[in-house]
Amino acid sequence: MDFQLTEDQEALREGIRSFCDGRFTFDALRELEEKTAVDRELWSELAEMGVFGLRLPESEGGVGLGFADAVLVFAELGRRLVPGPLAWTQLVAGRIDGAATGEVVVGGLDLRGPVGGPLVVEHLEQLDALVVLRRDGVARIDPRDLDGTLVERPLDPHTPIHRLASLPEGERIGDGADAARLRLEGAALVAGQLLGIAEMSQELATEYARTREQFGRPIGGFQAVKHILADAFTRQELARAAVYAAGATLDDPEVGSVARAVSTAKLVAGEVAMKNARACIQVHGGMGYTWEIPAHYYLKRTWVLENVFGTIDEHAEEMAEHVDADA
Amino acid sequence: MDLRYSESDQKFRAELRAWLRDAVPAHGDPPRGADWSERRDYDTAWQRKLYDAGYAGINWPKEFGGRDASLTEQLVYYEEVARARAPYVGVNFVGLLHGGPTLMAEGSPEQKERHIAPIIRGEQVWCQGFSEPGAGSDLAALSTRAELDGDAYVVSGHKIWTSFAQVADYCELLVRTDPNAPKHRGITWLAMSMDLPGIEIRPLPTLLGSGEFSEVFLENVRIPLECRVGAENDGWRITNVTLSFERGTAFASDMYQLQQSLRDLTALARRVTRDDASAWEDRALRREVGHLAAELDAIWAMVKYTVSEAGKTGVPGMTGSCIKLYYSELKQRLGEISMRLIGRAALARDDLDDLPSGEIVHSALQSLSLTIAAGSSQIQRNIISERILGLPREPR
Ligand SMILES: Cc1cc2nc3c(=O)[nH]c(=O)nc-3n(C[C@H](O)[C@H](O)[C@H](O)COP(=O)(O)OP(=O)(O)OC[C@H]3O[C@@H](n4cnc5c(N)ncnc54)[C@H](O)[C@@H]3O)c2cc1C
Repeated sequence: MDFQLTEDQEALREGIRSFCDGRFTFDALRELEEKTAVDRELWSELAEMGVFGLRLPESEGGVGLGFADAVLVFAELGRRLVPGPLAWTQLVAGRIDGAATGEVVVGGLDLRGPVGGPLVVEHLEQLDALVVLRRDGVARIDPRDLDGTLVERPLDPHTPIHRLASLPEGERIGDGADAARLRLEGAALVAGQLLGIAEMSQELATEYARTREQFGRPIGGFQAVKHILADAFTRQELARAAVYAAGATLDDPEVGSVARAVSTAKLVAGEVAMKNARACIQVHGGMGYTWEIPAHYYLKRTWVLENVFGTIDEHAEEMAEHVDADA
Repeated sequence: MDLRYSESDQKFRAELRAWLRDAVPAHGDPPRGADWSERRDYDTAWQRKLYDAGYAGINWPKEFGGRDASLTEQLVYYEEVARARAPYVGVNFVGLLHGGPTLMAEGSPEQKERHIAPIIRGEQVWCQGFSEPGAGSDLAALSTRAELDGDAYVVSGHKIWTSFAQVADYCELLVRTDPNAPKHRGITWLAMSMDLPGIEIRPLPTLLGSGEFSEVFLENVRIPLECRVGAENDGWRITNVTLSFERGTAFASDMYQLQQSLRDLTALARRVTRDDASAWEDRALRREVGHLAAELDAIWAMVKYTVSEAGKTGVPGMTGSCIKLYYSELKQRLGEISMRLIGRAALARDDLDDLPSGEIVHSALQSLSLTIAAGSSQIQRNIISERILGLPREPR
């Protein structure tokens, strides 16, 4: 056992981090707000970085890596709030032509769980294909066949949404087992993004606490603030372990239950991202409540990611079933 | 990133599991009463069995009789010991987990000779005389005075919350040897025999009503100079060596054990009736249990991550404080869920009908000590925010 990043993994992480740091600055994110968020040029750059073809074999034009690597990459995308249906596109690379190369943008809807509320699709206008996970199978739908209404005010300024009145059956591209599998894989990737959100929220808050002064000293010297940050860091490390373990277990199912490891990662990372994003706003005080400070972006994206591939509550119930089965 | 145990780890697991399968039931249940000498006999006899089977001192070097297991074998050890519900280290805690290791690192050859082998064989029990009424979190404020008189220190003072003092043979004693030096610089670490004249032990009942810890009054106790560990006034540095062992893997087995406790809770929920159905039908309860299960799996993954990090860098990572902080609060939550599950049976500290209320109430109450002992949760948060996040330090 060596539950640490390999040198290759560290290099992969550094590479994608420096790309995202350069390309997805907060200024760039602010500009993207005005636009459609998924910028085709950025999308093909992400493809060139290997984001979508990461797990495809080299013989199929991919990078030939596994889930342990993929969660690292997705954590970096999460740190910088890279917009777009990233997980969906990576999930179907190899199943849908052009996804791996970034020519085709694929979005999705996960209707496997108990679906509550209206049918809401993210990034509809940018999609070339929509994948739907249902209990009995996976379908591909042509977005042009959809009758969607743009929702004027989406929660996340980088995740435009459309409301659908109905959903056609679409073309069947997988069975129930495929749908279940894709949901697990998607949950692991999104848990990676949530880890990145948790990390960056903590880092932004800590940095602010070091420099912002009140009562003649940095607010990071006040214990009430220090303890918020210590808890945020602790939770982030808990989420890191859970997310990396999910990646490693997907790659090598003999080390444990994949379903259990993935539910753990999605649940823990979702909750931690939520708490850390909230802590980030709190530590920024009044500025944290402004649009100008990016803290709110992190909280809003967390809600987008919480609502796909199983919520905290759904995964909690699945975990209870695992515990019960072992009892 | 690889979570797979090697073949030799698996072989080690199989052997240990087979040994525990017979040895644990043969050792029987721990004595329930408040008689600490019975407790000592039970715990030390188990230690002796571990020693004879080659499993004592799992992380101790071979030259001191330990197993010198690799880090991953240690993980396997903690998992198997928890799975088999083997006896807790109990009264051997101080000697095995930090006293012995401190002596290995800092003791003289004679001190090693006198203490190490007896500790690992379960023949010598230690206690920790660090805290005082005026020096808990601020340990360096301790005021127990030691003055050199010929070949001995003459020591007077008052120690408190000293676990296992009433059955211990030796004590890790911190004393002030230079009252004029800054507080961290005038401290000395002594290995005190508990039968010296002038030591009075008064039980200090815990909120469990048990006599797990005591107050220890010292009046002109003559402690031979040869019992000093390290140099005079260098005790704070040695204390930190001791504390680093204490905060290391000391709780690993308990952490894994919580997964077992959660399975027990689930089985119990199937037996308890609420609203004419089993409590397990209650979705809110299932969610809470599932939530906790995820956090417990995550914290065990975090232990693996930290252990692997230590294997790579050679030093235990700072995340030990994070693990202790998170784990102790998790265990308290588990205690509360269990108390709620058994309803009014939680009013009893004995088993009622077929409900294990005795055990549930005991663990729930006992878990309250975890956020206080071995560096309170607030102190852990100070450590994390200062040493990891680089935020300004508290007054020291
Ligand atoms: C079950 C148990 C077993 C123990 N066994 C031993 C033993 O064998 N040997 C031994 O020497 N000691 C032992 N102790 C004592 C233990 O180490 C101390 O209780 C602990 O260090 C806290 O010190 P205190 O009790 O004086 O609390 P205090 O230091 O008075 O703390 C009281 C409260 O104030 C908070 N606080 C204190 N300082 C700060 C700060 N700087 N910032 C923020 N909050 C702060 C604490 O978190 C706590 O909530 C044991 C304690 C328990 C509960």
